Amino acid sequence: MIQPRFLLGEVATGLRRNVSMAISVVLVTMVSIFLLGLGLLAQRQADTMKGYWYDRIQVSIYLCNEYAEQPNCRGQAATEAQRSAIRTQLTAMPEVKEVFFETEQEAFERFKEQFRNSPIAGNVEAGFLPESFRVQLSDPSKYKIITDQFQTAPGVAQVQDQEKVLSRFFTIINWITVLTVALAVLMAACAALLMGTAIRQAAFIRRREIGIMRLVGASNWTIRMPFLTEMLLVSLLGVGLAIGLLWYAVHLIFNSGINQIAQLQAFIGAHDVWAIAPWMAAGVLLLTVLTSLVTLRRYLRV
Amino acid sequence: MIRFENVTKVYPKSARAALDDVTLGIDRGEFVFVVGPSGSGKSTLLRLALREEAATSGDVLVAGHDLKSMSMRQVPRLRREMGAVFQDFRLLPGKTVYQNVAYALHVIGKPSHLIRQLVPETLEMVGLGGKGGRLPHQLSGGEQQRVAIARAVVNKPQILLCDEPTGNLDQAISFDIVRLLDRINRTGTTIVLATHDQDIVNDMRRRVVQLDEGQIVRDEAEATYHRRTS
Repeated sequence: MIQPRFLLGEVATGLRRNVSMAISVVLVTMVSIFLLGLGLLAQRQADTMKGYWYDRIQVSIYLCNEYAEQPNCRGQAATEAQRSAIRTQLTAMPEVKEVFFETEQEAFERFKEQFRNSPIAGNVEAGFLPESFRVQLSDPSKYKIITDQFQTAPGVAQVQDQEKVLSRFFTIINWITVLTVALAVLMAACAALLMGTAIRQAAFIRRREIGIMRLVGASNWTIRMPFLTEMLLVSLLGVGLAIGLLWYAVHLIFNSGINQIAQLQAFIGAHDVWAIAPWMAAGVLLLTVLTSLVTLRRYLRV
Repeated sequence: MIRFENVTKVYPKSARAALDDVTLGIDRGEFVFVVGPSGSGKSTLLRLALREEAATSGDVLVAGHDLKSMSMRQVPRLRREMGAVFQDFRLLPGKTVYQNVAYALHVIGKPSHLIRQLVPETLEMVGLGGKGGRLPHQLSGGEQQRVAIARAVVNKPQILLCDEPTGNLDQAISFDIVRLLDRINRTGTTIVLATHDQDIVNDMRRRVVQLDEGQIVRDEAEATYHRRTS
């Protein structure tokens, strides 16, 4: 086995002699992993929000009151019979997890609580807000069943689903993921090609040493080890920088930005960066080892 | 120690054989000059023995290895039993004399304590004791070739192959180098020296194998060599 200290000395010399190439591999790896990280984080953001909202998402079936102008109501409040018919129907549906009934008074209280800091609260009286059934589904994406069934039922003013609002948001996030991951794949291809070029250049710079190593009977592994170690060092440095940048980006956007305003816990944080970091590092490790071995096999024959 | 049996080597894109049906045996501990004009096949003979090239046909046996059936993975082991010296020294310009010699041991994974013992010993033996800290460009041609010889023998090989080792050196220095090789030979190392320098051959009076256009035209013990003057 080659002595570790000798190997490190060779690696240091190699990096010193080929420093511009080393820097370019670091930068390209960094950018590609940063983009990949952004894509993965966007996806985690979507998952986090889905989880957060799906716990809360309800389909609201607003009933008619005297103020309701929908064709289903025509200013007629829903009757007791209509109310219990809807309730019976809802509880019989297997898709429904839970049903709450919100009275006019409760709706008014909730409204007052939500808008306590806004002058709008003063303009609303009890009885103005309709009573409603709040339906929690076991699978929130199946809200359409409720809409279809109750949209035109007697006594129902409107069926409203919160998922619809969110789905547009999720579409945007998905596009961000697709774009960043596609860019990351392109950049990873660049990184692999650049590593190949870097190794070929390093092999050319070190052709004298390689010639002597072959002559005195150094094994293939000994000849290849310094190149492989150099590439692993520079690409892992690139990954490290990318992870640092991702952490900083998440910190900047969420921890000190949105979370301060939105007061929600439905956002990704540093722990998400740490969660994807080992996977990205492992991916780069694999890419580097494969690229290096293929290149070395082609250009460094005994 | 080295056996060539009906060895022919034709390089790709070349009509003429570099070696043409050569059969040759060299015993353990021999000192053999391989002589002949440029292009006669001297270097090819050494390259085949080092397994830098494979024979087109015929068998090459070196230090008990059959080079034809040898896989590429086994080649390093063969080369550890051999040393090689060239006309152009092939030293690493950025490394000191000591580091150049130690390099050969480092890359085959020898432990540091052994390297610290073997390198000064070998430098002393080739007459470079005290010059371990110099860089190659601070040395004369003869001294540079001594470094190359030290590097070739530091791992105590059974065979030392020398390809025109005195080609870049003047007469007096050439004699010194060949005498150094003679001393190494007396410790039991088989030496094959390819040259077209008739003076060193005639000074030593050892076995001479003469090649011409890839064929052995003379194989004589304690012989001399006189270049054709054309």
